[in-house]
Amino acid sequence: MKGWMGKTKLFFVFTLLAFFLAGCGMENLTALDPKGYGAEKSMDLIILSTLIMVGVFIVVMLIYVIVLIRFRRKKDQEDHVPKQVEGNHKLEVIWTVIPIILVLIIAVPTVLATFDLADDSKAEELINVNVKGNQYWWHFEYPGEEIQTSQDLYIPTGERVYLHMLSSDVIHSFWVPSISGKMDVNAENVNTMYIEAHEEGVYWGKCAELCGPSHSLMDFKVIAVSPEEYDQWVNDMQNVDPDAEPENAVAQEGQELFEAKNCMGCHATDSAATGIEAGKINAPVGPNLTNFGSRSNVAGVLEHDKEHLVDWLLDPESIKPGNKMTGQYDELSQEEAESIAEYLLQLQPSEITPESAGN
Amino acid sequence: MSHDHSIDPKNMPKDPSKATTEGKYKFMGLWIFLGGETVLFACLFGTYLALKDSAAGGPTTQELYGMGLVFLMTILLLTSSLTSVYAIYHMKNNDFKKMQLWMGITALLGIGFLACEIYEFAHYIHEFGFTFRSSAFGSAFYTLVGFHGGHVVFGLSWIIALMVRNSKRGLNLYNAPKYNTFALYWHFIDVVWVFIFTVVYLMGMVS
Amino acid sequence: MSMTSAQKSGFGATLWDWLTTVDHKKIGILYLAGGGFFFLLGGLEAVIIRIQLISPENNFISAGLYNEMITMHGTTMIFLAAMPILLGLMNFIMPLQIGARDVAFPFLNSLGFWLFLFGGLLLNLSWFTGAPDAGWTNYAPLSIQSPGHGIDFYVMGLQLSGAGTLMGGINFIVTIVLMRAPGMTYMRMPLFTWTTFVASILILFAFPALTVGLFLMMFDRMFGSAFFDAALGGNAVIWQHLFWIFGHPEVYILILPVFGVFSEVFPTFAKKRLFGYTAMVFATFLIAFLGFMVWAHHMFTVGLGPVANSIFAVATMAIAVPTGIKIFNWLFTLWGGSIKINSAMLWSLAFIPSFTIGGMTGVMLASAVADYQYHDTYFVIGHFHYVIVGGTVFGILAGLHYWWPKMFGRYLNEVLGQISFWTFFIGFHLTFFIQHFLGLMGMPRRYWVFLENQGLDTGNLISSIGAFFMSFGVIVFLINIIYTTIKGKKAPGDAWGSGRTLEWTISSPPVHYNFKQLPLVRGLDPLWIEKMEGNEKMTPAEPVDEIHMPNGSILPFIMTIGFTIASYGFIYQTGNKYWLIAVFAGMAIALICMLIRSLKDDHGHHISKEELERVGD
Repeated sequence: MKGWMGKTKLFFVFTLLAFFLAGCGMENLTALDPKGYGAEKSMDLIILSTLIMVGVFIVVMLIYVIVLIRFRRKKDQEDHVPKQVEGNHKLEVIWTVIPIILVLIIAVPTVLATFDLADDSKAEELINVNVKGNQYWWHFEYPGEEIQTSQDLYIPTGERVYLHMLSSDVIHSFWVPSISGKMDVNAENVNTMYIEAHEEGVYWGKCAELCGPSHSLMDFKVIAVSPEEYDQWVNDMQNVDPDAEPENAVAQEGQELFEAKNCMGCHATDSAATGIEAGKINAPVGPNLTNFGSRSNVAGVLEHDKEHLVDWLLDPESIKPGNKMTGQYDELSQEEAESIAEYLLQLQPSEITPESAGN
Repeated sequence: MSHDHSIDPKNMPKDPSKATTEGKYKFMGLWIFLGGETVLFACLFGTYLALKDSAAGGPTTQELYGMGLVFLMTILLLTSSLTSVYAIYHMKNNDFKKMQLWMGITALLGIGFLACEIYEFAHYIHEFGFTFRSSAFGSAFYTLVGFHGGHVVFGLSWIIALMVRNSKRGLNLYNAPKYNTFALYWHFIDVVWVFIFTVVYLMGMVS
Repeated sequence: MSMTSAQKSGFGATLWDWLTTVDHKKIGILYLAGGGFFFLLGGLEAVIIRIQLISPENNFISAGLYNEMITMHGTTMIFLAAMPILLGLMNFIMPLQIGARDVAFPFLNSLGFWLFLFGGLLLNLSWFTGAPDAGWTNYAPLSIQSPGHGIDFYVMGLQLSGAGTLMGGINFIVTIVLMRAPGMTYMRMPLFTWTTFVASILILFAFPALTVGLFLMMFDRMFGSAFFDAALGGNAVIWQHLFWIFGHPEVYILILPVFGVFSEVFPTFAKKRLFGYTAMVFATFLIAFLGFMVWAHHMFTVGLGPVANSIFAVATMAIAVPTGIKIFNWLFTLWGGSIKINSAMLWSLAFIPSFTIGGMTGVMLASAVADYQYHDTYFVIGHFHYVIVGGTVFGILAGLHYWWPKMFGRYLNEVLGQISFWTFFIGFHLTFFIQHFLGLMGMPRRYWVFLENQGLDTGNLISSIGAFFMSFGVIVFLINIIYTTIKGKKAPGDAWGSGRTLEWTISSPPVHYNFKQLPLVRGLDPLWIEKMEGNEKMTPAEPVDEIHMPNGSILPFIMTIGFTIASYGFIYQTGNKYWLIAVFAGMAIALICMLIRSLKDDHGHHISKEELERVGD
């Protein structure tokens, strides 16, 4: 009997836990399960303000329920005239002063956290990344390391990485909920923020400012790897040979098509980026494809396989309406698209990939 | 309580502009409206201040502005505000002819101001190639000063229409508030210009 | 034969009457009808949005159309539905509450309405050629780069209706300051009149910022200026500042009047005077004042820096204090009262928990660092629907049920009223509560699709189901209006039997001059005072005498048509300069109307003593 009860209890606790976790959303996307410095700071304030506000709500509801139970007009009271009360100074003072105190309890940590997250005094000694937002993709340049990449931002865990962000067209907003709150990416001024991931992982990033038809498809990833893996990745990316011939014949054909169909006009396959400085942001017309084979998704949202890549190459408009690639290249046949896909998918200059981050 | 306002000029009260409820409503309504206008100009000033240094390679404030003409314009508009005070003074004494005379002088001074402004704009466009489209500074400058100029144009049309309409029939309780509200509006335009003179021209020449 | 022709001329005369009316009550009804129409349109757009988001990666409508849908939903609901309906209530009720026979500027009142209506129609005409698609906040540079004429319609439509609203605001301020009945001192004014007054002040100081923003947007899009063009030194953040300097006071323009409605409904149905009247008035002013210094809390993520963010965060939190004062004063109005629950009261009672939740999340949003997570996500969507639907819409419905007998002489049906209340109320919480969590789980706002397997499916499904409940509630309310118009129970002057303010001292619906004799006000809740002293009606403040009333005029209508033609011209002259003809023609029509208005004497008309005595009370 007791064992049965115990099991039920355990079962109950686990269901509740599962339900709660499911209710928190997907790991590495949800802000409710913070895994970075900024997200933790935000979460602390979210919890603090929620607790205080729920307290206020309970008080209001208590009075509300009492009022509704005790003071309903009864059948025999139709002509009853209640006492006309003008007000009560003591009560007015109470419900003015207590909220002021509660607000102060939220205000002080808010101000401290605001200044903490805006602190860029140590930026120069740490890793800096130039971020460029474009309709509808992201570009990342590492001025200190003289490399660049697109869509997947690699960072080491446990270190602050400073992002200097600018837009090449309309306003975007850089948001990786599990690691940090968001910051707008404007066209006329560089905004700086820092992110710091506590553990390895592939974190979903979203554009959070309406930027056109494919606003909801402008996803990107932050790939947090161990500092050693990060160093290796940087090293690999610095030593890419862009002219390397692919091993298999289909991919070689793809490479030729890549040049013949004018893909090179917008897409680089070389990660070298010399002469860039933190905050001085310039970006190519299209995403850099140096490590395309290691991307976590095709076009930010599709599964990363040949089939989806071919779909994208054949008709990008149907996947991301309003994108800037549609119509910029000669039409491809199914076969040609497959060759190019074969070529692109074998572009894997580094062993450090999203899988290195643990998922 | 009498509702039937006598519009016979012979038994006019002192200050006919406030003798009727409609007159009071109008006067207050315009005051309130000017509150909104203040916000309008404040926003335009804010925009101008944010963009005044964004010349985008075109002429800057120091290269453009000159003291002489702007000083003349200021004198013209300030004087016109004073003459409109004289006009209202005569209205309160029921002296229609003198009121029309001083309102006429006010309008002439306003036209003089407007002529200077048109000359100024033409000068910038032809001598400096400084236009509404040449830079964010250009857009902000012409919008702020142009909005003020537009107000002057509206004020002038208003007073000229009033003077023509009433030239034959003289002052009465129905039209007196209209003159009064015009005068208030005209003072507002003057005050805005004082700010433009300071914020746009003086500060522009210094910095 | 003669019958039909008589009816026809009857219809023509009625139409002419409504087109030319300057009666504040008729204009109020026009506002309610116009606003109601746009409310249904906006609601339809909302349902389409929720159908698109009912399942992941849905393809019910295209991405471009979706952006048009969200833009038009927001714009329509704020500018063309919520605000006009409130202006309608203010127009109808406020002059009655202060014992006035009309507003200070009846002509302007009519012009304001027509400008709103044609502005709204102009905006919605864009559906035929492509609606605006940059969100209701219309941020540059997305709005500058948006192809087609959608944004141009947005700019011109809002410019027109905004001008109309500004006129309404000025009109109400002057009316309240100068036209109160004898004895109606400021501190004897009903709370709804107070909130109308304060909301009007907000309109006066907030709308010009929008006017300027729209002008700059218009110049950039149509005449090649460079305000928001980074390449020529422009700065798109200026738009955000101007928009929110207007936009934040705007949300108080939406909520303060309904605070007034609740402050009328609670005392009437609890038979108890408003608790802490003075505190309520000061809290209203404080909210309005603070409302002007917090606009940048919509811009915490723009990169204004920690100093600005901190200041605006703390200022925003401060608003919780006066709002809290109001909530507690309402609760203590009910405390010790004799509470009768009907539809009007249900909407008001439902407001308290709903709005309190909206206020809670408001304080949470004010914490800048927490807002880095909330900003531009469904958390924000949840928050502002809790205050705008849970506050403004509940308040509007409470006000409509409460004043319907006064406005139309018939009670809304109680059974239908309760059905629509419960479905709408349940649907509302289903739709919006879950959205707070969706936002934190990583769903940004204005997303055409959300991806599969991101834990967002269930929440969105629940939200969409809620939207259907809400739609059902609205449909039942419409049926109620039709039913009431045909078969509704007739209402006496003091329709609820426990009215406290001046509007309940006159017949339902009121005669067009409202008061045969202006009443003498002897204190707060003047009717209640008379009732408690056993008087059947108000003591008149004047003998029966001729009443001076303004004349109707068709000029506001024609003037508005002129402005609308000119707006159309502005929109299309970018492509073809011949459209400039429409600009000049439209402007000429409007200016000629102004000139006629200015130069043609209009002394109004008088209602004779004999006629007044014939009508009786």
